[in-house]
Amino acid sequence: MAIPFVDRHIGTDAAAQQVMLDTLGYDSVNALVEAAVPTSIHAADLGAASVIPEPATEREVSAELRALASQNTVKRSLIGLGYYDTITPAVIKRNVFENPSWYTAYTPYQPEISQGRLEALINFQTMVAELTGLTTSNASMLDESTAVVEGMLLARRGSKQTSHTFIVDSDALPQTKALLASRAEAVGIDLVELPLADTAPDDLPEAFGLFIQYPGASGRLSDPRLLIEKAHAGGALAVVAADLLALTLIESPGSLGADVAVGTSQRFGVPMGFGGPHAGYMAVRKGLERQLPGRLVGVSVDAAGNRAYRLSLQAREQHIRREKATSNICTAQVLLAIMAGMYAVYHGPDGLKAIATEVNGRAVALASQLRAGGYQLSHESFFDTLTVQAPGRARALAGAASDAGYLLNVVDDDTLTISVDETTTDDDLMQLSMVLEAVPHRTATYSEVPASIPPALSRTTEYLTHPVFNTHRSETSMMRYLKRLSDYDYALDRGMIPLGSCTMKLNAATEMEAVSWPEFAGLHPFAPRDDVTGYLSLIDQLETWLAEVTGYDSVSLQPNAGSQGELAGLLAIRGYHRSRGDLDRTVCLIPSSAHGTNAASAVLAGMKVVVVACDELGNVDVDDLRAKIEANATTLAALMITYPSTHGVYEHDVVDICRLVHEAGGQVYVDGANLNAVLGFARFGEFGGDVSHLNLHKTFCIPHGGGGPGVGPVAARAHLAPFLPGHAFAQKAEHPSIGGGTVVHAGGAVSGAPYGSSSILPISWAYVRMMGSEGLKQATGAAVLAANYVAARLRDHFPVLYAGDNGLVAHECILDLRPLRDATGVTVDDVAKRLIDYGFHAPTMSFPVAGTLMVEPTESEDLAEIDRFIDAMIAIKAEADAVQAGEWPAGDNPLVNAPHTAQSIAVGEWEHPYDRERAVYPVRSLISHKYWPPVRRIDQAYGDRNLFCACPPPEAFA
Amino acid sequence: MTDFDQLHFTSEHEWVRLEPATDGAAASATIGITAYAADKLGDVVYVDLPDAGVEIADGAVVGEIESTKSVGELFAPVDGTVLEKNSAVEDAPELVNSDPYGEGWLIRVEYTELPELLSYAAYQALLGDEEASH
Repeated sequence: MAIPFVDRHIGTDAAAQQVMLDTLGYDSVNALVEAAVPTSIHAADLGAASVIPEPATEREVSAELRALASQNTVKRSLIGLGYYDTITPAVIKRNVFENPSWYTAYTPYQPEISQGRLEALINFQTMVAELTGLTTSNASMLDESTAVVEGMLLARRGSKQTSHTFIVDSDALPQTKALLASRAEAVGIDLVELPLADTAPDDLPEAFGLFIQYPGASGRLSDPRLLIEKAHAGGALAVVAADLLALTLIESPGSLGADVAVGTSQRFGVPMGFGGPHAGYMAVRKGLERQLPGRLVGVSVDAAGNRAYRLSLQAREQHIRREKATSNICTAQVLLAIMAGMYAVYHGPDGLKAIATEVNGRAVALASQLRAGGYQLSHESFFDTLTVQAPGRARALAGAASDAGYLLNVVDDDTLTISVDETTTDDDLMQLSMVLEAVPHRTATYSEVPASIPPALSRTTEYLTHPVFNTHRSETSMMRYLKRLSDYDYALDRGMIPLGSCTMKLNAATEMEAVSWPEFAGLHPFAPRDDVTGYLSLIDQLETWLAEVTGYDSVSLQPNAGSQGELAGLLAIRGYHRSRGDLDRTVCLIPSSAHGTNAASAVLAGMKVVVVACDELGNVDVDDLRAKIEANATTLAALMITYPSTHGVYEHDVVDICRLVHEAGGQVYVDGANLNAVLGFARFGEFGGDVSHLNLHKTFCIPHGGGGPGVGPVAARAHLAPFLPGHAFAQKAEHPSIGGGTVVHAGGAVSGAPYGSSSILPISWAYVRMMGSEGLKQATGAAVLAANYVAARLRDHFPVLYAGDNGLVAHECILDLRPLRDATGVTVDDVAKRLIDYGFHAPTMSFPVAGTLMVEPTESEDLAEIDRFIDAMIAIKAEADAVQAGEWPAGDNPLVNAPHTAQSIAVGEWEHPYDRERAVYPVRSLISHKYWPPVRRIDQAYGDRNLFCACPPPEAFA
Repeated sequence: MTDFDQLHFTSEHEWVRLEPATDGAAASATIGITAYAADKLGDVVYVDLPDAGVEIADGAVVGEIESTKSVGELFAPVDGTVLEKNSAVEDAPELVNSDPYGEGWLIRVEYTELPELLSYAAYQALLGDEEASH
């Protein structure tokens, strides 16, 4: 019999676990976890009522996924609306999308070991900035629609206008308009929708911002210059959503006067995936950089003066600025942004322009066929999308096209839109003409200047002139460039990434396989219900499984990041209170230990943040909680609490805390970021939670992708379920409810697509399917055992900051390095960078407590790797002790000089008081297996003081 | 050398240097953050200061001092009107770290009301308490 998957997923076997248990003095893993988790929250035994099936083998799960895939029907999508079929270059699919060196990396917070993906992201930023004609692009947004919302919020911050009005183009994508409506309402913004292409500049109302879709959802291309000029004169900022492929042929938003450009990079080689994940983008003109949401890669220098990349202006972000942050988003779409950037690297400016010219040429050809067939087209100027008038026949024609294998977008009974993309062939145009009873004719070449683009909007400015976009034209060169970059980075394929609160566990190959199958990757998010039956079954099952393990009644998979899940949950609470006439319930209590995202999300849900103190053990101060509840008795909306806490401790009083909030009329939001520590042992909904978000990219094995994609489902009890996010284009509005029946999610949408990042849901589905309930519980046990083992073995070397019942931690532990700093001058940075020399990714630094390291080994690491980490930490402590003893000076020792590159030991005279071998081979095992960082310690301040966020000129490489 | 006895301090780790009224000029106060605050923030990379003419009220947030890893708020220590901001610090924020009491000053204000401020000794005592509680 094959080894069960659970034993592939969990790194420690029975013998190893016995060694660890002996160290801790427990008889069994269950005994350990039950001693750590307060008795009051132990999960009820569901027995036969469980809906999670017995575990399947890897082979069986592949077959089941094949069966689900075969229930989906992939037709040629001409729907458009922001999602276009595209050709993923095979060299990118194989070497990036399906390569663990890229997809198992974490967000590049440790820049010295992340230079590869930082360079890839700066390619993406350069591509976006140059195509949009603006100065600075961030490193991606969650999707186009959320990027537009962020653009609206940026305009409000950046404008001096006191008006609360934001003007929206009626030719915007319908899903974007829906998202704007629900998000604006929560933060007190009034929307005014106008047909901007037909609006005289003088008719614009007073507003802080103006949103233009360019080209419009109808395909119409019109010149927004005068509108933007007028908006500027009134103090408003102009936000333009632009199609990146179109921008190779039409004037950039920047040259038209836009302050902010947003959109998606999906059609740059990233499959539609039934809605995601893909990388949205945002770029701004000079002067607005500090207002950008999300992550921004910039150029700095390392200790040797060499150019190096890092994340810039982090103080804008929610983990530092909390409720005053520019946005609540933290996860971006790194993996997909890298793919889109590499698509531009591979094709180059000429290749992109050729693709766009073909797309436009075929749209022109289709237009002439349709006109010849007697159809009226609504617009003369377009890039790739035609609006076709078919009075009374639109639905019938779309039905006939669907029967022939083509999906068109039905606007209303009389109108269709048809979008041409990179994959559309002449044969497709012939077929379509026949279906639509137009006149087929073959156009010989598309090399002429496209007639559908007005001369005033023809692009005149250059783009992508940097060598990186003009070098890797052969597949050999491209493959080697991708390999070179991934070699710079430390991902899970090299070793342990013990990042506390991040849960860097195994992303199993079998879980990943289905993601790139065409039946999951090739579907448009608004494809008809009959075409996506397999997807809907998988989604229903996953929703039900997640509801069961969290103790809730219903789940929405729509939020495409944890931050969006938080927002969706808080908006559900808001909707619930308002439905009962409790309009004043807007106060959100948040413990001081909470992740900054909580506070940032609460503000975007229209709530007022009130901070609750924590005691010296890191737990919620119950007396302060009572006082804050009393002070906000009639306005209390919610408490947000993370369980186990961000300190990695099972809070003993959580049941009482939830009860106090409920008694005062509030709702309890349990942040599920740390679900990996309770899964199978406790359920949020059973011990007092009303709603939670989960991070599928933590507990449920979706890889971190170097900083995204993430999936942040929101799970709620029955009374909140009707307020979970709905979507106008959802193939079905009803969702399964635990215990039978269905519930309609009718809250505002939080993502552009009905099921968010659908194409990666098979990963979490496969994980639960292969683990079964018992396997999930074993994984939790192994994770908690590993963390307690690390704490126990390192406690004599570094104080372990917090502990709960019986002196035990949860799935992570905080090592306090402040005493070491006070005694030796060695900082948490020095230790983190020295760990690189020992072949490790550092644990989480200075969160939740400055000057500490938070270690989360996860269940997937084996004992040898855990011991290797512990031994490294002990050895580093000994090095710090040597500094204290005066053996090495405080300013010149292996710690402050870490990390050491190969160049640093090879070049020039060696003038340090320790030898080269100590520098790079502090332990013998490294001789046979060594990770070499490509740069030395990076100067963080230099990069922020000299902000530069695009590919550096080639001379900088000298 | 900074003569600390000539400075006043606040519990928000700001220093205030009072300039008495002279013929034709009202009494003014120059304001910066203390070396302790600059050290706690780390490498300062950006300052956001109020423009001349802006009215400020004691205790209100009037600016921000941003480092690579955190953000400090500038609280107005007095009621008054901003006379000038230190544009040299806007261009070279590292002055806040290298010379917090000198070239790293932040704003100069004309004040109407002077609240109770701390002496150097009282501020040192406050720092002792803060450190002990960590």
